[in-house]
Amino acid sequence: MASTATDPGKPRPPGTGSQESSAPSQPTRRGVELVMLAFAAVIVTSALTLVSINQNSQPTTQILYYGLAFLALFGLAHLAVRRWAPYSDPLLLPLVAFLNGIGLVLIHRVDLGNAAEAARTGRTFNAAAPSQVIYTALGLVLFVLLLAFISDHRSLAKYAYTCGLTGLVALALPAVLPSVIAPSINGAKLWIRLGPLSFQPAEFAKILLLVFFAAFLVSKRELFTTAGRRFLGIDFPRARDLAPVLVAWAASIGIVVLERDLGTSLLFFGIVLVMIYIATERAVWIMIGLSLFAFGCALAYPLFNHLQQRVDVWLNPLTSESGYQLRKALFGMATGGIGGSGLGGGYPSIVPYAESDFILITAAEELGLLGLAVLLLVYMLVTTRGLRVALAARDSFGKLLAGGVSFAVALQVFVVAGGVTGLIPLTGLTTPFLAAGGSSLVGNYMLVALLMRISDSTRRPQQPSKPRPQQPPIAEAHTELVERPR
Amino acid sequence: MSELVIQLTRVGFLALLWLFVLAALRVVRSDLRSASGLKVPVPGSEKKASGKQPRTAPKSKSPRQLVVTEGALAGTRITLEGRPIMIGRADDSTLVLDDDYASTRHARLSMQGQDWYVEDLGSTNGTYLDRAKVSGPTKVPVGTPIRIGKTVIELRS
Repeated sequence: MASTATDPGKPRPPGTGSQESSAPSQPTRRGVELVMLAFAAVIVTSALTLVSINQNSQPTTQILYYGLAFLALFGLAHLAVRRWAPYSDPLLLPLVAFLNGIGLVLIHRVDLGNAAEAARTGRTFNAAAPSQVIYTALGLVLFVLLLAFISDHRSLAKYAYTCGLTGLVALALPAVLPSVIAPSINGAKLWIRLGPLSFQPAEFAKILLLVFFAAFLVSKRELFTTAGRRFLGIDFPRARDLAPVLVAWAASIGIVVLERDLGTSLLFFGIVLVMIYIATERAVWIMIGLSLFAFGCALAYPLFNHLQQRVDVWLNPLTSESGYQLRKALFGMATGGIGGSGLGGGYPSIVPYAESDFILITAAEELGLLGLAVLLLVYMLVTTRGLRVALAARDSFGKLLAGGVSFAVALQVFVVAGGVTGLIPLTGLTTPFLAAGGSSLVGNYMLVALLMRISDSTRRPQQPSKPRPQQPPIAEAHTELVERPR
Repeated sequence: MSELVIQLTRVGFLALLWLFVLAALRVVRSDLRSASGLKVPVPGSEKKASGKQPRTAPKSKSPRQLVVTEGALAGTRITLEGRPIMIGRADDSTLVLDDDYASTRHARLSMQGQDWYVEDLGSTNGTYLDRAKVSGPTKVPVGTPIRIGKTVIELRS
């Protein structure tokens, strides 16, 4: 804590701060960030050590190297933050690093379980942890690039419609491409495969659409609240003002429903709803949205077979025919209890997809309620830091974008955690930063980069505005003859 | 490895996890007091700098924060530090308004001695200090609303 750049309590004599370089009045708090990153690295290293001890293998010095590599990777990201966004929030990067590191250890742990199972039955399996490490590095590279190339988040607003269009195209791509490039995995056509690389365009479309919605709502907000028609005590905006939002919204949800990915469509629905709410400050939008949602559910329920299946599993996990996964998950959590079985001491790999969709169950079994609560608290901290960035933002676009991004993280965690614990029907969304899944990890790092960029602009001391050339009053100006441009 | 050691490492690791959360909460607490995180009065460091205390806490009338009370940016706080504050639709303003009734460079707040003065920069719709239209540099008392388009700001101490 001692390295907190400048002494925060020190007052600055008023009136002397004409030059920014001479008086760095705000602490950048990058020292705090480094300390917290080191703390996260220590936790991840000891988690890895515990896994190997409990799996009855002697801990080697290699684990230490892994820990150091983790620290080095995030240290580089930290240096990039120091260089390009020195005033950004000091907590976001360490919290995300913590989640990512714990996720890596849990995925590695499930890999070990799967490897033992595969050795017993004589099948082959692919370890998920190595590719997740590569995606972590890739995500951090994109994080740094985004910070380096976007020096002001407001410049993104200029490309709003481009972003919106690209986002929709990216979202539609897997549905229209032939199944050689876009294979259908588990009944959902979400992936694009190019040689060894496969990714989910929806994760990147999410970022682009967030930018579009934020910029669009900022430019049209006035019209929403003033030019509407009053009906039942509610101001409804004119259809033509709302049209682009409705089109984008319906298209994104329609595409996703056609691709049979209900989780993502729920996410888009929620994000747009909350962004309209933040922009207009009318609670009635939430009500309209929720009733639309209920209506949509009632409409879709008899039509989609796998929706009925999900609801059945949710209501009767123990007796339902396809409830095997959730059943195992519930028993896994019960085994974990309050304190968990200790890292490497349980049998999380019994649950299918224990390294991706059900990674929270892996955490709950091995770390118990206490450990799961830590993960959820860290997610809460990420969200509150993001909302705080939104509160402090000095421009509407940044406010709306930061609010949308932090809500997206919160909603995703709620849908996943609620789904795997049996609170709500299960939908396929990834746990941000924790679950195995490259596109989601990389996409989420890009979202955090945007948050850090906005946060940097809110805390950065104001530069004295550029001296403008003094123009004489118009009355004193000479009349000039100017040749008319042809 | 004996069973006891394994149980101890299990508990120890959970404790480590909670320590991480507590450390993060400590960082959160240290900048709770200012909404935008501009000033960071850490409780511990205030005592260290107690020699300079009269400067930090002049509980007098000199304003220390600019608060947006109405309009799209309501709730935003900016800590005053002596630099002039530009308000308008221009991207490099301190407070960037997205308001059809605000001009690109609408108004400026600047400090003279201990007082803050508001000055209209030739805006189309004018700047109002508590209902009176601002024509020249006008002194802004603490807590008096300044209306710019649909936005209302005031200084707080």
